[in-house]
Amino acid sequence: MILVSWILIVLMIGLAVLSIELKNLIAAVVAMGAVSLIISLLFLLLQAPDVAMAEASIGAALTMAIYIIGVRETERSEK
Amino acid sequence: MIRKIVYAIFAAIIVIALVMFFAAYPFGANKMAVGTYYLNHGVAQTGAANIVTSVVLDYRGFDTLGEVSVLFAAAAGVAILFFMLGIGKKERENLTKPNFVVRVGSRIIFPFILLFGTYIFVHGHLTPGGGFQGGSIIASGFLLLYLSYPGTRVNRGGLSIIEGLAGLTFVVLGLWGLFTPTDSFLYNFLPKGLFNTLVSAGILPIIYIAIGFKVASEFAGIVDDMMCEVICRGGEK
Repeated sequence: MILVSWILIVLMIGLAVLSIELKNLIAAVVAMGAVSLIISLLFLLLQAPDVAMAEASIGAALTMAIYIIGVRETERSEK
Repeated sequence: MIRKIVYAIFAAIIVIALVMFFAAYPFGANKMAVGTYYLNHGVAQTGAANIVTSVVLDYRGFDTLGEVSVLFAAAAGVAILFFMLGIGKKERENLTKPNFVVRVGSRIIFPFILLFGTYIFVHGHLTPGGGFQGGSIIASGFLLLYLSYPGTRVNRGGLSIIEGLAGLTFVVLGLWGLFTPTDSFLYNFLPKGLFNTLVSAGILPIIYIAIGFKVASEFAGIVDDMMCEVICRGGEK
């Protein structure tokens, strides 16, 4: 279980760096949503299912959708 | 160049301070006695099987009322902002229809998402989850509906009525506690019932159902504002 959480943490940090560095903003938003999803898995591993559900539904679904709507209304890629 | 060096120095100071702070405490150590108190007395005092719910709605019920108010203010702010931005909005081109599989699939799965969200907030005092989680799951179901059928609109008047009634239920249940012998706001005046059954823990399930409806209607309203800013306004002008 410790190994799984370490893999998830490394993956999460990588995706977080990717979401800052990516020039395609839709891809950056998807990376950010994946960070939220991994955070919710980590909450589940830390035995906090209440917080994990809130993070998965708000962080990974609603926030990502709102960001995608925002990106669609403005520039598609970062200059 | 000099700016980057200053940034690096500040980042290093913050990292060192955080490491020094956290090194003083062992990870996961019990720093406050109140957690142990909740674990030992929570079930007997509130009757809720989910200890998180008993903390969120019973011991810290007033904080939850504040949290719901903050969410209401945020949703109202989004609505006002988009109402003001909508004036003089440029016309949008027609959006392409999503394909057949997405449309039919979302129509099949939408009632099950609603059912799942409702299950989560009705069983908030028994299993993990509660009003906030269930409400946001229902709102993500509405988001799916908006994505697969562009141009659909939720009845905003109905959403406002549901939201207002749910908020009123919470406040009235809280004020009711003032008229019981304990004279305390949000006092759990109903009988606790049999432990770990659906109808138990007094007013906690009623409050969580109210919060579930309130959060669902608020998030659905935010999604409606944002999607309509993109899709609906094209047809108006």
